[in-house]
Amino acid sequence: MKAWDAIVIGGGHNGLVNACYLQRAGLDVLVVEKNAWVGGAATSRELTPGFLYSNCSYVCSLFRPEIMRDLELPRFGLQVISYEGGAVFTRDGDYLANYRDHDAHRREFARFSRRDAEAYDRYARDVTRQCRFIQPLLMRTAPDPTSFRPRDIGELLYLGRKFAGLSPEEMALTLRFWTMSISDFLDEYFETDVIKANFALSGIIGTALGPMSPGTAYVLLHHYMGEVDGSVGAWGYARGGMGAVTKALAASFQASGGTIRTGAEVDHVMVRHGKARGVVLAGGEEISGKLVVSNADVKRTFLKLVEEKELPDIFLRRVRNFKIRGSSGKVNIALDSLPEFPTLPKDSPVYRGDMHFTDSVERMERAYDDWKAGQWSADPFLDMMIPTTLDPTMASPGKHFMSCFVQYAPPKVNGRDWTDADRDGFAESVISQIAEYSPGFRDRIIHMEVRTPREIEAEVGLTEGNIFQGELTFDQLLFNRPVPGYAQYRSPVGGLYMCGSSTHPGGGVMGAPGRNAATEILRDLAKPKQHMSPAHDVI
Amino acid sequence: MTRQLNINPSARTLAQSHFRTLRLGTPFQPRIDALAKTNDWYNWAGYRAPHSLWDEELEYFAIRNQAALFDISPMTKYRIEGPDAEAFLNRVTLRDVTKLKARRVHYTAWCDDEGFVLDDGTLFRLSPTRFRLCSQERHLPWLLDSAKGFDVTVEEETEAVAGLALQGPTAFAVLREAGFAGVENLKVFDLADFPHDSSPQGNSQVTISRTGFTGDLGYELFVPSEQALSLWDRLMAAGELRGIRAIGYTALNRARLEAGLIVANSDFVTSEHAIRADRLRMPDEIGLGFMVDLEKGHFNGRRAILEARARRKLRHVLVGLEIEGNIPAEHAIVYYRKSQEVGLISAATWSPMAKRNIAIASLARSFGDTIVDDLWVEIYAMRELQYQKLMKRAKVVPRPFIRLDRRTANPPADF
Repeated sequence: MKAWDAIVIGGGHNGLVNACYLQRAGLDVLVVEKNAWVGGAATSRELTPGFLYSNCSYVCSLFRPEIMRDLELPRFGLQVISYEGGAVFTRDGDYLANYRDHDAHRREFARFSRRDAEAYDRYARDVTRQCRFIQPLLMRTAPDPTSFRPRDIGELLYLGRKFAGLSPEEMALTLRFWTMSISDFLDEYFETDVIKANFALSGIIGTALGPMSPGTAYVLLHHYMGEVDGSVGAWGYARGGMGAVTKALAASFQASGGTIRTGAEVDHVMVRHGKARGVVLAGGEEISGKLVVSNADVKRTFLKLVEEKELPDIFLRRVRNFKIRGSSGKVNIALDSLPEFPTLPKDSPVYRGDMHFTDSVERMERAYDDWKAGQWSADPFLDMMIPTTLDPTMASPGKHFMSCFVQYAPPKVNGRDWTDADRDGFAESVISQIAEYSPGFRDRIIHMEVRTPREIEAEVGLTEGNIFQGELTFDQLLFNRPVPGYAQYRSPVGGLYMCGSSTHPGGGVMGAPGRNAATEILRDLAKPKQHMSPAHDVI
Repeated sequence: MTRQLNINPSARTLAQSHFRTLRLGTPFQPRIDALAKTNDWYNWAGYRAPHSLWDEELEYFAIRNQAALFDISPMTKYRIEGPDAEAFLNRVTLRDVTKLKARRVHYTAWCDDEGFVLDDGTLFRLSPTRFRLCSQERHLPWLLDSAKGFDVTVEEETEAVAGLALQGPTAFAVLREAGFAGVENLKVFDLADFPHDSSPQGNSQVTISRTGFTGDLGYELFVPSEQALSLWDRLMAAGELRGIRAIGYTALNRARLEAGLIVANSDFVTSEHAIRADRLRMPDEIGLGFMVDLEKGHFNGRRAILEARARRKLRHVLVGLEIEGNIPAEHAIVYYRKSQEVGLISAATWSPMAKRNIAIASLARSFGDTIVDDLWVEIYAMRELQYQKLMKRAKVVPRPFIRLDRRTANPPADF
C-alpha cells in the first residue's frame, strides 16, 4: 500500500496552504476532504442557478500576501479587490458611512459629532500601533515559555524585546488592549453611540462575547491587522467569491503534483505506538501516511478523530475546555435586483461595502443577552454585503448575491438541538430587519440559504459553527493556542500536526496557521524551506 | 457615559451628500479657480488647494517684490471663548497667555501629558475673553477634554471663517488703498477689526493681523465665509497697481523656509499622528523650547518637559543648515564626518534672498547641539535618470535665514 509523505485532513484554506508548502518542499502530499468540493469555510458555491455564493467567509483581508506570492495564487486566478466603505443605518432614518477618503470619513463622522470626528486620528494611531506590534508575530511560531530550547528562549526574547521597545504608555495600552472590552476601549475615544457601534462590530464578529465583554478589543485588532496589497486594515472581495482563494490554492497544489481526494471523510487517525500512521476513511478505507496534518479544529481533531487512549489526560481536558462556541450564523440570498435603501443615496459607495443596522453598543450587547439565554438574537447584528456590486463574476448583470453574517446564534436553542422551524425563525429575524430599512426587499429574494451553527458544523465541520476554530481571547492566543505546551502545531501523538485556525495566530482566512505548521513540519523533517519567502517587514 | 447627538437630525441628513465632493472648495474657490492656469492642486486638510496658480517661481517673487494673496481658509480654526478662556489656554499651551494682550497674536505650541508636541499654531486674542487658535491639525477632543473645569466654550470654526494671507512689501499699501483706515497702526503681531460692508446689513467686519508665514511685511485677514469673495475682490481691485498676485503653496513654502518657520507633519510629526514612538518630539527637540514658560504655573506636559530637561532625555534637535553649493538637499541624510548618520533634512531650498542653499534638519543630539562641525549632507540629485551623488558640507546656522527690516518697520513702507 502506498504511504503518502503527508496526509492533510480537510481541504480548507489552511489545509491547502499547508499542503502546498509541503508538496513544494518535495513531499508527496494527499489532501482528504469530506465534502465533494474543497474550500472548507472559503467557498463559492452555485446553490441556485446563476448565482455564486460566498456562503461562509465573505471578505478577504487577513490572507497573507507572502503566501499568495509563494504559492503563485494570482497565476491560479486569485484576485482580491478592495471595496469602499460601508455604513451603519440609524433608527432615526439616517446612516453613518465609512469612506476610504480620510477627509470624507471625518466629515461623515462630523455629521454626528464634530468631537468624535476629530478623535478618529488618535484612535487610528493607537490601533495602528497595536497592529504593528502583532503583525510580525503572525508568521512566527509562538515560543513555548516552559521550554528551555534555545529556539524558544530566542523567540521569547524576541517577544520581550518587541514589548520592551514600547514606551511605558504603550506597554500599558497593549496590556489593556489585549484584555479589555471593545466598548471600554471605544469609550476612551468616542462618545456618540452610532460611532462606537460602527467600530465595536469588529470586536464581536465570530466571537461568543458581547461588546462589553473583556477580551473583545483584541478581536477588533484581529480584524484590522490584515491588508489588501499593502493597504493595512483594508478589506476586499475575492473575485469570484471566497472560493477563489481555495480554488487557487487547490490549483496551485495540484500543479505542483499534489493529490486531492474529495468525498473522503476521515473517520479516525491511525495511531500505532504513539505515532500517526495514516487515516481511516468513513467507508473503512485505510490510507497510510508518514505524517498526518489536521486542518480540523482542535476539538474535532482530538475528540473525534483520535482515540482518547492515545492522548494525555490533561491535554484532553484542555481540549475539551478550549472555547469554540457557536455564536454566529449566515443567511445567503440571491436577489432579483439591487435592494433599495431609501435612506441611502443611489450613488452611494456604501452599497459596495458592509452594511449594518445595529446603531448602538447597547443594542449589540442586548443581542448577546439573547445568546446567553440560549436563543438567537431577536434584534440581530448583521454584517451585510452585496459583493456583486463590485464583482461581475458572481451573478448575471443586475442580479445580486447578498451575504449576511448574523450574530448571535447559539449552538443549541434553549439547550436542545436546532430544528428546521428554529432555522426559519432565525432567518425571519434577519429578513425582517433588512426589510425594515429596505421596502420591497422580500420581493427581490430568489433563493436563500440559511445556516445556523447546526448547518455550519454539519457541512464545514467547524465545531459549533465557530468561524475562528476557537475564540480569540487572550487566554487562547499565542503560546496558549490551542493548548499550552502544544502551541507549535505538534500534538501529543508523534507525526500528528495541527494546521487549522485553532492554532496560532488564529482564525479568519489568513493562511498563517497552515504556513507556520508547514514550517514546523519541514523543520522536523530537516527539509529545506527556500520556497517560503520571509515574512514581510513591518517598518 | 453617552452624549446626546449634538447635531439635529435634519441638518445631519442634509449634510449626507458631502461624499460626492471629496475635496471641498474654500470660500475663495471661484476666484482661485479663475486664476488657476496650471491646475496644480493638492489636498490641504480636505480642501482643493493650489500648489501653483501660474508659475511657482514668479509666485515666489510676488511675495518678495509685490504683494501675494494666499488662501489660508483650510487652516484649522477654533473659537475659544469665556471668562476662563485665558486660564484654559494658559493650561493647554506652552506660552504665558496672561502676557498676550487683547488684540495681539502669538505663535505657540501645545503638548500632550508626556510633553510631546501636539501641534504648533497661532493664538489670536480677539478680546479679553475671546480667542482664535489656528493650527495645521485638528484638536477638538483634546481641547474639549482639557476644558473640563473651565468656564469656556470651544468651537471649531474652520468652515465658518475664511482666511487670506496678504504678504509682501506692498501689502500695507494694498490694504491702505483698499480703505482699511488705521491699518498703518498695526505693529507686528497686532490685530484689529475693520469694517467690510458688502452684506445687506452692512455691519460685517474683517479681522486683520500683522502676521504671516513669509518673514516679510504681511497681514492675515479673517472674515465670515459669506464675506470671502467681496473681500477678495476688494483686495484685488485695490492691489492692481501694487502688483498683487494670488499664489500657491510652493511659493509660500519657499518663503517660509527662508523665514526659518517649521510646518507640523512636515518638519516634525505631531504626537497624535506619530505611530512610531521614536518620532515623538518635545518642544526643545524642534526648536520650540523658547515657548516653554516655567514661571506661569502648570500646563499640559510641563512635568514631562521638566523631567526630560533635568535627566537629559532630549534626544533630538532641529537646526537650520547652510549647505555648500546650490543643489537643494530635500530629505537628504545628514552625516558626521561623512560617515556617521546623524539626522535628516525635512525641508530645503535655494534661497533667492540669502543667495544660499538652506535647509531645516532634525539631528540626533549632541550633533547640531554641541557637535556642529564636520557635518555633511548626501544629496541625491536626479538628473536625466541618473543620481548625481554629492557629499556637501553643512553648517549649522541660526534661523531665520533672512531678516527683512520691512517685516517689522513702523510705519510700514508705503509703496
